[in-house]
Amino acid sequence: MEERITLDYGSGGLRTAELIDRLLVPAFRSEPLAALGDGAVLENRSAPLVFSTDSFVVTPWRFPGGDIGKLAVCGTVNDVCMAGGEPRYLSLSLVIEEGFLLRDLEEIVRSIAREAERAGVSVVTGDTKVVERGKGDGIYLNTSGIGFLRAPGLSRAAIRPGDAVLLSGSAGCHGAAVLMARGELPCEGELLSDCRPLHELSAAVLAAGGVRILRDPTRGGVATTLNEFVEGSGLCIELEEDAVPIDAPVAAACDLLGLDPLYSACEGRLLAIVDPAHAEAALEALRRTEGGEGAAVIGRVTQSRPGCVVLRTALGGARILGKLTGAQLPRIC
Amino acid sequence: MRFDTEFRRPQNAERALAALRELVRETGPIRLMEICGTHTMAIAKAGLRALLPEGLELISGPGCPVCVTPAGAIDWILRLSERPDVILASYGDLLRVPGSVRGDSLLRRRSLGAQVRTVYSPVEALALAAEHPDREVVFLGVGFETTAPGTAACLLEARERGLRNFSVLSLLKRTEPALRALVEAPDFAVDGFLCPGHVAAVTGAQAFAFLPREYRLPAVVAGFEPGDLLCAICRLADMVRRGEPALENEYTRVVTQEGNPAALAAIGCVFTPAAAVWRGLGEIPESGLAPGDAFSPWDAAKKFSFPAGSSAVETPGCRCGAVIRGVARPAECPLFGSVCTPADPVGPCMVSGEGACAAAYRYRNL
Repeated sequence: MEERITLDYGSGGLRTAELIDRLLVPAFRSEPLAALGDGAVLENRSAPLVFSTDSFVVTPWRFPGGDIGKLAVCGTVNDVCMAGGEPRYLSLSLVIEEGFLLRDLEEIVRSIAREAERAGVSVVTGDTKVVERGKGDGIYLNTSGIGFLRAPGLSRAAIRPGDAVLLSGSAGCHGAAVLMARGELPCEGELLSDCRPLHELSAAVLAAGGVRILRDPTRGGVATTLNEFVEGSGLCIELEEDAVPIDAPVAAACDLLGLDPLYSACEGRLLAIVDPAHAEAALEALRRTEGGEGAAVIGRVTQSRPGCVVLRTALGGARILGKLTGAQLPRIC
Repeated sequence: MRFDTEFRRPQNAERALAALRELVRETGPIRLMEICGTHTMAIAKAGLRALLPEGLELISGPGCPVCVTPAGAIDWILRLSERPDVILASYGDLLRVPGSVRGDSLLRRRSLGAQVRTVYSPVEALALAAEHPDREVVFLGVGFETTAPGTAACLLEARERGLRNFSVLSLLKRTEPALRALVEAPDFAVDGFLCPGHVAAVTGAQAFAFLPREYRLPAVVAGFEPGDLLCAICRLADMVRRGEPALENEYTRVVTQEGNPAALAAIGCVFTPAAAVWRGLGEIPESGLAPGDAFSPWDAAKKFSFPAGSSAVETPGCRCGAVIRGVARPAECPLFGSVCTPADPVGPCMVSGEGACAAAYRYRNL
């Protein structure tokens, strides 16, 4: 009989201790965590700190190219990176539904450990709760991340007319991959989530200089994130439809379901607004870094339609690209 | 050939547009109507309207199945959702459509505890019924001849498997009677039709032959890539110029003259034409598809006694009806873009991704 999570595992008693001692502490090999205090004591390098948090409810928890564990590390690590930070510490909270397979939990924990090591962060504190069957949906995770500020001054206010808009790879992969995993697409193919930590890509593009702002286009996709850059400002972002990289399987999948890949989430791409004098170097830096091979300049900042994102279509037309309204797909991260 | 890219290239577009400019110079103003939500979206997405010569106007007709579903039907569905023994299965678009009370929708009802599931196909609704033998699973069947065959196939399977807790509320519509009603209306002013490629894949192109034959209106069955649309528009404009209306099939890579015999047989076996209420057009004889007597046990309208004629309620102030008939542009509705937006829609044309108002709002041309 396969072992399943019971309410005992969240009791704070013997079973909880077993879970911590046998699974979590060995997986993360982190000194502050192993000390099992009520909180972690962290080294202070007297740099300003970047702090971010995110919860993860993706369904199904395993999808092509990743799982909820990998996503929980990347999601928070990437938010810290986009804020100009070098991520160092993570907290991890697990909310598990009674009946969840222990084997699946182990797989998720291994995935978290692997991805944390890859991203250079330590899981230093955590918590486990179990809710009754039917009161959750398998497993939910929350991670918070702390990093040291490396690139101060990244902000919307720094964006100038003439700046270049860079995207580090194909738009929309994660959203399409989760759809695929739900069996909602009547096709199969090489469609993998782009889920990955962005610490190397963000370090590379920042080193090239001239970066005004960084963001990872998660929910709402590239279109929504770009809108957030110029909303309420005197600036406009003009995109070239032909220049936006979209992998063929993503384009095909979105076409079938009437979705627009520009609104489909990424979990391992960054958007950078860059001083035009540094655009070429920034593009090269991204392309030389793993995960950024498909980077492209997708548009530029102008003043033609203040507050708007404008898409120049392949056919030669132009239209306004608004923010996502409603949920294109629920629970993709 | 890669259809997803080859039909989106601008190389040939410039030639087609130049030809169109010439044609429109000769004909004077032309109004063409598309009657398919996917066409509406494709035109908006490619930014096509901005490229067309002045004097050529594209109008969105009653092509979005959600948009033509009357508010009264939504009210009825909302009431049905209150029953604790009922699970409603619906295409996602229908979830946001408000009934006659603003803001009241299946999405809201779901947050209040109603059992509403989003499905991509009626087959999923059938599976739900098998999984929940103690519940009544009602599939909300909206659409035209495109979704009718799949719905018919499900009813056939439900009967074969004896799934008595499954039923379909058929809000299915037939294209031809609605087009006739539209064309015969006193305020009709359209010079030709872009005919829906997906419907024609089922019905065959010949289903639109009555337009030139009986009404002297040019009709071109068109595909959904910008190249398809430009080509079809050129052919329509040329027929207007020559004064020789005919039916042409631009979408030959998918659509045949006769259509899909298996799909048509399934529709014929399960459904019979019945009067239906269309938002904006009112009740039109034979314009709906009701399950035949042999399928009464699976007909939600009979199982839960759907009240006939209760469907005429419209949302106050909303001009979706006029927009659907092509006599008002979305922007001419006083609610458009101010009170009525995709985030907070008043009428169905703003709710559905394929609605004329949503397309006009989302893909505002420059």
